[in-house]
Amino acid sequence: MTLKTFLLGACSALAFVATTASAETLTIATVNNGDMVRMQGLTAEFTKANPDIQVNWVTLEENVLRERVTTDIAANGGQYDIVTIGNYEVPIWAKQNWLLPLDGLGDKYDMDDLLPAIRGGLSVDSKLYAAPFYGESAMIMYRKDLFEKAGLKMPESPTWEFIADAAKKITDRGNDVSGMCLRGKAGWGENMAFVSALNNSFGGRWFDENWKPQFDQPEWKASLQFYADLMKDSGPSGASSNGFNENLTLFQQGKCGMWIDATVAASFVSNPKDSKVADKVGYAIFPTKEGVANHGNWLWSWNLAVPASSQKAEAAQKFISWATSKEYTTLVAAKEGWANVPPGTRTSLYKNADYQKAAAFAAPTLAAMDAADITKPTIKPVPYTGGQFVAIPEFQALGTTVGQLFSAVIAGQSTVDDALAAAQATATRDMTRAGYIK
Amino acid sequence: MATQNTRTLARLMMAPSVVVLLIWMAVPLAMTLYYSFQNYNLLTPQNVSFAGFFNYQYFYTDPAFFQSIWNTLLLVLGVLAITVIGGTAIALLIDQPIFGQGIVRILVISPFFVMPPVAALIWKNMIMHPGYGVFADIAKFFGVQPIDWFAQYPLFSVIIIVAWQWLPFATLILLTALQSLDSEQREAAEMDGANFFNRFIYLTIPHLSRAVTVVILIQTIFLLGIYAEILVTTNGGPGYASTNLTFLIYRTARLGYDVGGGAAGGIIAVVLANIVAIFLMRAVGKNLDK
Amino acid sequence: MARSVTTGAKIGWSIAAWVVALLIFFPILYAVITSLKTEQEAIAGFSLIPSGTFENYITVQTQRDYFKPFMNSVILSVGSTILALIIAIPSAWAMAFAPTKRTKDILMWMLSTKMMPSVAVLLPIFIIFRTFGLLDSRVGLTIMLTLINLPIVVWMLYTYFREIPGEILEAARMDGASLWKEIVYVLTPMAIPGIASTLLLNIILAWNEAFWTIQLTTTNAAPLTAFIASFSSPQGLFWAKLSAASTMAIAPILILGWFSQKQLVRGLTFGAVK
Repeated sequence: MTLKTFLLGACSALAFVATTASAETLTIATVNNGDMVRMQGLTAEFTKANPDIQVNWVTLEENVLRERVTTDIAANGGQYDIVTIGNYEVPIWAKQNWLLPLDGLGDKYDMDDLLPAIRGGLSVDSKLYAAPFYGESAMIMYRKDLFEKAGLKMPESPTWEFIADAAKKITDRGNDVSGMCLRGKAGWGENMAFVSALNNSFGGRWFDENWKPQFDQPEWKASLQFYADLMKDSGPSGASSNGFNENLTLFQQGKCGMWIDATVAASFVSNPKDSKVADKVGYAIFPTKEGVANHGNWLWSWNLAVPASSQKAEAAQKFISWATSKEYTTLVAAKEGWANVPPGTRTSLYKNADYQKAAAFAAPTLAAMDAADITKPTIKPVPYTGGQFVAIPEFQALGTTVGQLFSAVIAGQSTVDDALAAAQATATRDMTRAGYIK
Repeated sequence: MATQNTRTLARLMMAPSVVVLLIWMAVPLAMTLYYSFQNYNLLTPQNVSFAGFFNYQYFYTDPAFFQSIWNTLLLVLGVLAITVIGGTAIALLIDQPIFGQGIVRILVISPFFVMPPVAALIWKNMIMHPGYGVFADIAKFFGVQPIDWFAQYPLFSVIIIVAWQWLPFATLILLTALQSLDSEQREAAEMDGANFFNRFIYLTIPHLSRAVTVVILIQTIFLLGIYAEILVTTNGGPGYASTNLTFLIYRTARLGYDVGGGAAGGIIAVVLANIVAIFLMRAVGKNLDK
Repeated sequence: MARSVTTGAKIGWSIAAWVVALLIFFPILYAVITSLKTEQEAIAGFSLIPSGTFENYITVQTQRDYFKPFMNSVILSVGSTILALIIAIPSAWAMAFAPTKRTKDILMWMLSTKMMPSVAVLLPIFIIFRTFGLLDSRVGLTIMLTLINLPIVVWMLYTYFREIPGEILEAARMDGASLWKEIVYVLTPMAIPGIASTLLLNIILAWNEAFWTIQLTTTNAAPLTAFIASFSSPQGLFWAKLSAASTMAIAPILILGWFSQKQLVRGLTFGAVK
């Protein structure tokens, strides 16, 4: 009897899927970041113009979304018509033929307006496989008032040596102000994003040309030691559990003198509704190490792509074209103000006088994005692309494991040398298994 | 009383659940076994090949493997200790004549109704956070440096959260058992002049042993599979301090998309869980046969 | 209460019990309080008095409709529990009244099916679901939740049925009652409390199941666990909003639990009482 119910259920479920297919309902998976939630709120504008298309949203927290979407795509579940993925996934998935090239975005789309660094990261064989919704690099956000009080002046292009010194000077434990807030929470997209970029700026790399892990090299030792010392001298308590969000909260509450993180944070820290320090924030480019000309090459974008399994590719591209267009930007600006438009995807936005006026962070953001080159993340040659990540499928697990080891250093439970040795061992193991190291 | 007739009937009646569970166990288990002998990464589906025992070897040579087993045991034992001892104490407390017994009981069992991810999020952000958590506020009030729970005591923090979720379950079962303690028996003991302590040792504890067995048995099965709370709070770190076996499988199967390795880990976990179960049955199972 | 208790002792016990109860309940209470704060207040330090804003609830509801996931949670938890009861009652009955040497082993085996870590079998299950077209369907998820909780249901019912004295059945049989009558008039009334608490416990377990309900759904069948996953850590301040969403997700089951706690307790013995 149960088997019968089971089969009956299966049939009815199939029938259900079939009926929805003819009604052109797009199922869109997206992360629960503010810009995406806003897009969701503006869906009505799209469906008004396209009455034959309905939109179903699946909004999930970033990690859950990534798991769900990856399983679905890889196991051919076919549940989504549009997925929100990072520039980490796009080239990997495009090479597996899991994504459809976006060739139906329309004549008005103006693809050449997309920032070259972003567009490059989303193209394989010069075909665009995902359209950028918003993009970011990393930069320093700092408290101008605290700098002034300490008699410091942020240089045009600060060095890590200066930053460490300044962080120490503006740390005021009595008033619960930490000179420097950085990510410490384990995860390939959490602490390893920062640490990888830091290591790039120290001239280090994840792998050499033969995919041999480089944690036994002096650059890693120098950068990890620097990170650990910086957090010990000037970091907040609980640094090893802080990710983007935790640091954002700390900064907004006036508890950080400096914070180096994604440029997208600028619109949050300068928003007087949420931030106590909105009018006191200054911006500067990602630091370099004395003698090394590299700003870390942090570059991330959240993008919309159409899985190859989607039956509604045409409608899906129509939506993507709308959501990543200049018109969408204007729409958000009209409804919510220029400071709230999704940043970091189009050159035209940064030339827009209204945007420049509303967003003090526009110019430093553009400068940071222009400085990032994910095809050449560090000084030495590497076999991979990606700035604050390594664009290989194995990186998520490996990055998280190494992230765990490094967060133990920040928590004071492991030494730099032990963590690096363990990272080298685990990376060698993983890369051997995956067949990179013969 | 069991005639041939009733026996056949009994078999028929048991058949649906046995068959359903057999399928439910066998099919995924067979598929998992199959995958555990394959080199299969979800992200490189073109490279599938036979792996022999390599996945198993790979999984148990993971630098976190032995610590994860140790952590699994600590997690299970820690939660069991807190819930059994705390549950007994609370059950004894609300079994006393008190004002508002109903409301007290409701408050005590409430955590059981909270979804595990929600529980973990509440504890992480509002209770244990070193900057804004209630614990930190209390510490600041006394002028003490707040504890950074998830960095300094990661596994213990997870144990606290999970124990909070399971405390109501233990309390409920122990309370039911306590209430079934014959009040005549209790009064007789009281008449004999046995004090509270003696009554507890010679009357209550033996009576509760069966309930404790049930609590241990049911909870262990759930506790072996804990990982959502770890994922939300510590991500297995710092280092491998809060990585348990299930989290290690999660990391392999879901972050590494290593289907073969994850499957091998799953089989290892099942074998270990069954060893624990057999051990458990030997140790406490006699309490159930009465 | 037959025991003589002095008022002083009663007050003492009461204070102790209330303190413990409030401590245990505190995290939930604090989440509810936080949901009525603004985001700024939520991180401003300890305070039990919110400004009483409902802004968070409105924000949550505008961002994601609550009603559909709520209905899905109800359908899935109630549906899977009833299905599990239908399958489990006969077998628990058989095990309790016609036990064999292997009954205990079968019970243990049933429980052991819960030992496979879900993360390890996700891919096989996902593929099975895809093949049968069960992804994101309530039917599929109901089956799933039924299977997950079936061992516990059988176990609970078995232990409860076993408490029913066999002599009553003998007596009924002596009176010439048929098996059917025996079930309807003798057994059922005695079994109701056990069935009721099994039902309640499993609705709770199914309601709180947060792995499969997220992994196997997208929109149509997604219950409140998926609703929560869309608020858990977005960028920016989110604690008050998360508290509001959490309160909305746990309130129904909490209220159900509060109203039915007597029934829940009465049958929740797991054979612990003898």
